[in-house]
Amino acid sequence: MLHVTCFMIRDLHQKLINKEITSVQLTEQYFDVIEKNDAEIGAYLTLTKKLAMQQAQFVDEKIAKGEEIDLIEGIPCAIKDNICVDGVRTTAASKILDNYIAPYDATVIRKLKECGAVILGKTNLDEFAMGSSTENSAYKITKNPVDTSRVAGGSSGGSVASVAAGQAVWSLGTDTGGSIRQPASFCGVVGLKPTYGRVSRSGAIAMASSLDQIGPIAKRVEDVAIILSRISGQDLLDATSAKSSDKKYEDYLTGDISGKVIGVPKEYVESLEGEIKNIFEKSLEKFRTLGAKIETISLPHSEYALPTYYIIMTSEVSSNLAKFDGIKFGMRSDDNVDSDINENALPKKLLETYLDTRKIGFGDEVKRRIMLGTYALSAGYYDAYYLKAQKVRALIRRDFENAFKTVDFIYSPTAPEVAFKIGEKSADPLKMYLSDIFTITANLAGVPAISFPIGAIATDGKELPVGGQLMGKWFDEEGMLNCAHTYEINTKK
Amino acid sequence: MLSKEEILHIATLARIGVSEQDVEKYQHDLSEILDYFKKLDEVDVTGVEPIGHITGMQNTFRSDEHFDFGELGKEEIMKNVPEVKEGFIKVKSVL
Repeated sequence: MLHVTCFMIRDLHQKLINKEITSVQLTEQYFDVIEKNDAEIGAYLTLTKKLAMQQAQFVDEKIAKGEEIDLIEGIPCAIKDNICVDGVRTTAASKILDNYIAPYDATVIRKLKECGAVILGKTNLDEFAMGSSTENSAYKITKNPVDTSRVAGGSSGGSVASVAAGQAVWSLGTDTGGSIRQPASFCGVVGLKPTYGRVSRSGAIAMASSLDQIGPIAKRVEDVAIILSRISGQDLLDATSAKSSDKKYEDYLTGDISGKVIGVPKEYVESLEGEIKNIFEKSLEKFRTLGAKIETISLPHSEYALPTYYIIMTSEVSSNLAKFDGIKFGMRSDDNVDSDINENALPKKLLETYLDTRKIGFGDEVKRRIMLGTYALSAGYYDAYYLKAQKVRALIRRDFENAFKTVDFIYSPTAPEVAFKIGEKSADPLKMYLSDIFTITANLAGVPAISFPIGAIATDGKELPVGGQLMGKWFDEEGMLNCAHTYEINTKK
Repeated sequence: MLSKEEILHIATLARIGVSEQDVEKYQHDLSEILDYFKKLDEVDVTGVEPIGHITGMQNTFRSDEHFDFGELGKEEIMKNVPEVKEGFIKVKSVL
């Protein structure tokens, strides 16, 4: 039988309709790969074999009857475990949701099921998507398939590693400050964060609501375009979602970017050094030979992006995570174990149940962010922190508006580094936060952004991937995807 | 540096239980990050409107109707509740 893990969505679709392989066979092959290598990689938290096989059988019956199938129909994918799939355990990689079974489908899942996608399982992440390495999962660390002594990046480390390790054709992640793009860069695959509002977040466990977006991860730009077409659109269940367009993003991949202007922000690239700098400059040269014009631009408020991001994000985190209280759903602390918090006798009263449940249920980084956000929003500090940050954010958006008057896209490396060693940064939260320096501005400004492979650095006998990041104008996913696609088809063999 | 009392106050507001040890750790961690936030003091934001919705969407409306999950759906939702009594979510005594 065909060894399938190297094919893209369009190839697999052809093979399915030509009856070279069935969806059931394809799905089984992916489960075989997972069985073989996931003990080492640690990409999945839950496998949904029964659901996957049902979906695959259904598609095979359609094909047998000669019915037309969608491009992604019958093709196996993985879903980040902070997105609800009806009847499936959904933990957000937190102990506080250890026993939570989602009672409904997220809007993106409903859409994917309508298209006939086959869902293999739920993937690991930093707890509640808070982290840049997937070391903050309450369950396990996801390792980088390129070098398993290194992190996969985060927070969508499981979703990205599953694609990189051939355990899924494509996957869904969420991106609040780079959580799709940074791991995509570290693992050598393509990751897309759509424009804020392009994709409904209903059914995704919220982290920071003014920044969160759901997006696809795959091995090729065309594949993420195909997925975006199928998950985007306005949704009454997410009031922030933007008007639908019936664009098929994959139809805009012309492979022609001649005359397009790519802006390189000097604030991002000034500090680049070594091999990353060389690889980045080579990619600029490539864009030039493809007919694009490269211009140096300035995003003058870049240096304020990180503190702005962390104030807004932690504030929204403290609000969004208030619902995990041990009463309505999720874990509750044991009533019979007294904590040293209150002097109250057993049984516990309401306040003590809250305090104990959240103390035990949340991990360190989650608690740190809730505490920070609570402080930033507390009486007397709101103006100095949250309100101030939302004003600086307006200035950051203005930087982008000005830049996009003269350029079509903004281009930089995705991260200032390659995948780091497991444990290297986990002791120092501030150092870990700096890993997001190039990615957070897209979330703050709400623009779409994509990370795609532009090279690799040989280290310890491994080829550690480097990603390039293109940011586009608001709702110009098609232009941005075409630019990345054009680069890809002219560099990949 | 945030005082012990401030940390305890924030922890109570956040409904997160903290031990003696935690308090010291939070004093250090939070203070370091809050210092970093001070960088924004440099920025003049006179006359700048804060961001509401990043792409400028205004109010969106939908009809005020509930989705019926049905009996089966209700069961699925209630399965996730830590303590149920006669079909209701049981809340701990407040006082």
